[in-house]
Amino acid sequence: MYFTDAHEELRLHIRKFLASEVQPHLEEWEEKTFPDSIFKRFGELGFLGLRYPPEYGGQGGDYFSAVVLSEEMARAGLGGLGMAVDVQTEMATPPVFKFGTEEQKRKWVVPAIRGEHIAALAITEPDAGSDVAGITTVAKRDGDHFVVNGRKIFITSGARCQWALVVTKSDRERGHKGYNLLVIEKGTPGFQVTRTLKKLGMHSSDTAELLFEDCRVPVANLIGEEGDGFKNLMWELQGERMIAAAGAIAGAARIFEYTMDYAQNRQAFGQPISQFQVIKHRLVDMGTKIAAVQAFVYQTAAQWDKGEYPVREISQAKLLATQVACEVADDAIQILGGHGYMHEFPVERAWRNARLGRIGAGSDEIMKEIIAKTYGL
Amino acid sequence: MTISWRSDNGCLVKIVVTVKQVPDPNSATLLESDNTLARDREVVLDPGDECGIEEGLQLKEAHGGEVILVSMGPERAKDAIRKGLSMGADRGVLISDVQLAGADALLTARALAAAIKPEQPDLVICATESYDGSTGMVPPMLAELLGLPQLTIAKKVEVDGSTIKVHRQTADGYQVVEASTPALISVTAGIAEPRYASLKGIMAARSKEIKQVGLSDLGIERGEPGETIEGIADAEARKAGAIIEDDGTAVDRIIQVLAQAKVV
Ligand SMILES: Cc1cc2nc3c(=O)[nH]c(=O)nc-3n(C[C@H](O)[C@H](O)[C@H](O)COP(=O)(O)OP(=O)(O)OC[C@H]3O[C@@H](n4cnc5c(N)ncnc54)[C@H](O)[C@@H]3O)c2cc1C
Ligand SMILES: Cc1cc2nc3c(=O)[nH]c(=O)nc-3n(C[C@H](O)[C@H](O)[C@H](O)COP(=O)(O)OP(=O)(O)OC[C@H]3O[C@@H](n4cnc5c(N)ncnc54)[C@H](O)[C@@H]3O)c2cc1C
Repeated sequence: MYFTDAHEELRLHIRKFLASEVQPHLEEWEEKTFPDSIFKRFGELGFLGLRYPPEYGGQGGDYFSAVVLSEEMARAGLGGLGMAVDVQTEMATPPVFKFGTEEQKRKWVVPAIRGEHIAALAITEPDAGSDVAGITTVAKRDGDHFVVNGRKIFITSGARCQWALVVTKSDRERGHKGYNLLVIEKGTPGFQVTRTLKKLGMHSSDTAELLFEDCRVPVANLIGEEGDGFKNLMWELQGERMIAAAGAIAGAARIFEYTMDYAQNRQAFGQPISQFQVIKHRLVDMGTKIAAVQAFVYQTAAQWDKGEYPVREISQAKLLATQVACEVADDAIQILGGHGYMHEFPVERAWRNARLGRIGAGSDEIMKEIIAKTYGL
Repeated sequence: MTISWRSDNGCLVKIVVTVKQVPDPNSATLLESDNTLARDREVVLDPGDECGIEEGLQLKEAHGGEVILVSMGPERAKDAIRKGLSMGADRGVLISDVQLAGADALLTARALAAAIKPEQPDLVICATESYDGSTGMVPPMLAELLGLPQLTIAKKVEVDGSTIKVHRQTADGYQVVEASTPALISVTAGIAEPRYASLKGIMAARSKEIKQVGLSDLGIERGEPGETIEGIADAEARKAGAIIEDDGTAVDRIIQVLAQAKVV
């Protein structure tokens, strides 16, 4: 209904590519994080520009081609690498492409589509995460430069990126009109990666803390109109949540299938454990939730694809999909028993990775606040 | 056929790649009651032919020209052609006819030859043998029917003007074999790593031509089968090996056994 045979053909190519060139290295990358060269390979194959027009090196596909990539990354259990690719294709580059000038697109989006640049999106700060408006990274205009001071934290690909799209506040207090999105390139004096952070899951990605100290950024790096940063960021967050929902539910489907297979083959008390009613019903609950949320995710993605702006549905899809992913991973560990707790079985990693879904891109609570507003509460 | 490594600078080639749709090699092989392969399962483009397509595309990229895919099979073999078109081939020809059901290698080769001949290619690329039938007979028969020199089991190909040179895989190395074009080569899986199709390639393939022809279009008839399958027998199960316990003389006894088997 949502996927054409071209999407399905793309899916097979992506699946084969991931199986032969990515999955064999995953264990190593979980230890050391992935090498930048894999982005080049993704770029060569067109996977970093599925939705961008051919004039910019993209593949000219629709939103469901991005969904295919995200689903296959999740189905391959890629966690951190999948997140870094999503940051590149669905978070950091879309605002530059949508709100940037022709020159800005050529300078930053084209190399990102090729995988020559790795991009990051820097919103969160040590003292402001959910409360985006509360950020304190200041970009003060000084002639044809902004002078940026502040810290960003938990930034995916922050250590390895060539550029970050940084959310800043102007010095004048102008409410929601006081924010600007700036592309800040690595190597700009005053831009420093202060440390990379150890974390529960998503180990193949790097998560960094960034420091800007009197960092002079050309005005040419301002994305969109001056003062439109907050509004443009809210648009970005919709795409970010939509893709998070698609990836989360695809990851849950993979864990469900794995668990079904395991339960039908694992014997206890002389029968497959799937025959115990509690486990049978638990499997049914897992499958049922996934089926319902999957349908809702596709329906919402179709709205987004058509250019609608379904804030309520996107927030609901993100909330539900990431919650179901956590529940399914937790149920899976229970059904696998001790095996489920072990590193060599995929559910342990899935359980750790899934937990991020309910925090990143806006927490459960923030989704509910947004949904409440759309109900007029 | 005349030698026509087309073009002024000797560098524009017309390449035909034969492509077969086969049951997914990852699934078990099943036979019908008449000993033909069961075809009602997942089918894929023969992985060996994927390598042939890749080699064709690389030659085209180096020398310019056109890559045409020719397949014989049921209607759904179009999917196999389509996959090659997504990788970058230019157009396809599907030979499909109820009369061809259960075709043997000779009939396959005759049908392919009749479809390929009018194209007047500079080069025909086949895989050494298919994943399902794996007789390895189609390429030599095809070369004969087209009147082309054949260079077989190629693991590397070089084209220079109207000369084609291949590295021909042998048990203990390779031979360098040369012919003038037009020619037919059969390639090994090692020749080139098939590329992944991009979304752009996949979408472009949707508007590329796949011409469908039947036996009457080709002006040939089915004829008598050259090959029929008389019976199928399971390979003999391997017998358990002899175990030689070491009582101090094991080495000598092993050497004896190997000598008897004429291994040493
Ligand atoms: C692995 C990882 C990668 C990340 N990558 C990036 C990235 O690339 N770029 C980026 O900018 N950020 C990134 N983040 C940050 C992420 O977006 C934030 O962690 C998230 O938005 C929550 O912000 P916070 O951590 O400051 O939590 P807080 O805002 O401090 O929230 C703490 C708790 O309070 C709750 N809460 C807050 N406000 C309300 C309210 N109004 N009502 C009810 N409850 C509330 C929250 O739901 C949460 O439970 C990443 C985080 C992680 C863990
Ligand atoms: C047990 C058994 C059952 C069989 N059942 C069937 C059946 O049900 N239906 C059926 O059609 N055949 C069947 N065959 C195969 C058939 O007998 C011929 O062998 C077959 O048509 C071509 O030979 P091959 O697959 O061995 O090709 P090979 O000579 O091994 O193939 C080498 C290369 O020739 C080219 N080529 C071969 N066939 C084609 C084709 N059709 N289109 C395009 N290129 C091609 C490809 O490049 C291929 O990689 C069966 C074979 C066996 C051994």
